Amino acid sequence: MDLLPVALTIITASTPLLLAATGELVTEKAGVLNLGVEGMMLIGAIAAFAAAVSTGSGLIAILVGAFSGVAVAAIFAVLTLTCLANQVATGLALTIFGVGLSALVGSNFVGISLEPLPQLNIGGLSTIPILGDLLFGHDVLVYLSFIMILLVGYFLSKTRSGLILRAVGESHDSAHALGYSVLTVRYLAVLFGGFMSGLAGSYLSLVYTPLWAENMTAGRGWIALALVVFGTWRAGRIAFGAYLFGAITILQLHVQGWGINIASQFMTMLPYLATVIVLVFISSDKMKIRINAPQSIGKVFYPPR
Amino acid sequence: MRIKSFLREILAVFSIAALSCVGVANAETKVGFVYVGPIGDHGWTYRHNVGRLAVEKALGTQIKTTFVESVKEGPDSERVIRQLASTGHKVIYTTSFGFMNPTLKVAKKFPNVRFEHATGYKQSKNVGTYSARFYEGRYIAGVIAGKVSKTNKIGYVASFPIPEVVRGINAFLLGARSVNPEMTISVVWVNSWYDPGKEGDAAKALIDQGADIISQHTDSPAPLQVAENRGVKGFGQASDMIKFAPKAQLSAIVNNWDNYYVERTKAAIDGSWKSQDVWYGLKEGMVKMAPYTNMSDDVQALAKKTEEAIRSGALHPFSGPIKDQTGKIVVEAGKVADAGMLLGMNFYVEGVQGSLPK
Repeated sequence: MDLLPVALTIITASTPLLLAATGELVTEKAGVLNLGVEGMMLIGAIAAFAAAVSTGSGLIAILVGAFSGVAVAAIFAVLTLTCLANQVATGLALTIFGVGLSALVGSNFVGISLEPLPQLNIGGLSTIPILGDLLFGHDVLVYLSFIMILLVGYFLSKTRSGLILRAVGESHDSAHALGYSVLTVRYLAVLFGGFMSGLAGSYLSLVYTPLWAENMTAGRGWIALALVVFGTWRAGRIAFGAYLFGAITILQLHVQGWGINIASQFMTMLPYLATVIVLVFISSDKMKIRINAPQSIGKVFYPPR
Repeated sequence: MRIKSFLREILAVFSIAALSCVGVANAETKVGFVYVGPIGDHGWTYRHNVGRLAVEKALGTQIKTTFVESVKEGPDSERVIRQLASTGHKVIYTTSFGFMNPTLKVAKKFPNVRFEHATGYKQSKNVGTYSARFYEGRYIAGVIAGKVSKTNKIGYVASFPIPEVVRGINAFLLGARSVNPEMTISVVWVNSWYDPGKEGDAAKALIDQGADIISQHTDSPAPLQVAENRGVKGFGQASDMIKFAPKAQLSAIVNNWDNYYVERTKAAIDGSWKSQDVWYGLKEGMVKMAPYTNMSDDVQALAKKTEEAIRSGALHPFSGPIKDQTGKIVVEAGKVADAGMLLGMNFYVEGVQGSLPK
């Protein structure tokens, strides 16, 4: 059996998860727990689709999708950072809001078909056998997912601004005492998370299945959230988790296609099961987790007067 | 105090009178529709909604329709059906197999409301069932596939292993093997009627395994889009999906509920409604084939000939000899599968890869 097309399918299946998880990583490292990923992805998806249908330009569609994610994240940011609302409740409300709003706007776009984003074969690099296709024969959003996770990983661990962001996430009171603007850092982190979730949603509606369907993320936002914890807030592990999940999701379909007789319901469950198993292994080393979890996550920052 | 409470009583009496007047003034019949998916699935539910709109057009002011979409099969559906029944709807159409038991349960409590359950097999005094002989369309699609396929492999994106879906798979393969005995089918179960991402993934997996014809029993155009993207051919499901796959769609099985819905709603209004079990196909117009595209003229001619033969009754898709996967003859030569076998079909015919999940 030809492994290359399968590998390509796995990469495309994992990309939305990776994009959303990258954004959520930054948000959570700054100490904000944004549960609204699913809602932001859906709004990004419908915004991108609507823009693509109206303007016919892939670039505009991607940008519109990403920035609608920012807009929704901005609502969340104002509610939790300025109005000091509970982060968990607001995030959940945001998800439900996103699902509903996208369905409402999307009802006008049902049944419309779209040309998927073109593949960007980078120069002659994609002609390298196997690796060429695998790494260089994709569309622009897949490349972006590779670049962003690397950049974010570097940013968080090796740069001064990343250090400040992590400090805000570990102990917002200390960071405030040191003179860093906790609110500014958190706002930017949340907006970045919204940007990436919007991108992830645009990927779904522009490339993955170029149509609009209500609730088309089908729970991917929640998987992305879980991936951040699964990867113990480290970029490399999150990438691994995203590709693992994508791989099992695709492979279970292949197993069925080969006629191997395992219950299909079990196969559907498999990606989630694999994630839990890996999580158990990772959790066996408690020190590692404690070091990485942002200590202030979910806690409201009351700026001292 | 006494005057205040007296006035409150007068107000209560008047408002009750006013409200009941509003109730009496509406002489139109309320008709309810319960959909398992969104109208925008451009497939199964979309066609039911087209039927509902046909009823509105035909019966105008005599009726008022209500619909509830994306109702999950299970306890939620019972709640929705009960709500429609208790708010004055006189006819309720429940459009998915999984609504069967909830429909019957609610029907017992509301003997004056008429229920019509699509693709079910249990009836009662006020519950009728209706279904379409989709397998006739599947057979024709199979014949086309048998002629068009080069790898002799068909990829089938299926939802749940219920008899209706199994019937479709079998009919497809029987049609394909009637022109090419080497054809095989691989089935992937996505365990959902509607999940575009998963359906697309399943189609990708099947194509990667060598299938060059994609067929589906799920409700979104995603598998066809993947087929278009990969340069293989496929069939639309429940409605014409040509605009999602202009180069890939060979044909589609289109469900046409319009006439049935108008006829039954009329019967409910004029009182002639009786519970029945209806199974219409090409002949009665409940199943239609989308225009034959992306194939050579002789394949098109063969498809049309097969369609005519089934319509006139000269050809029955499940005519013997039919062997199941173990090689046992389940329908003998010269005979036709009876309704019982069709309705309860729980085996694969020879040539389907893998075994049927329980």
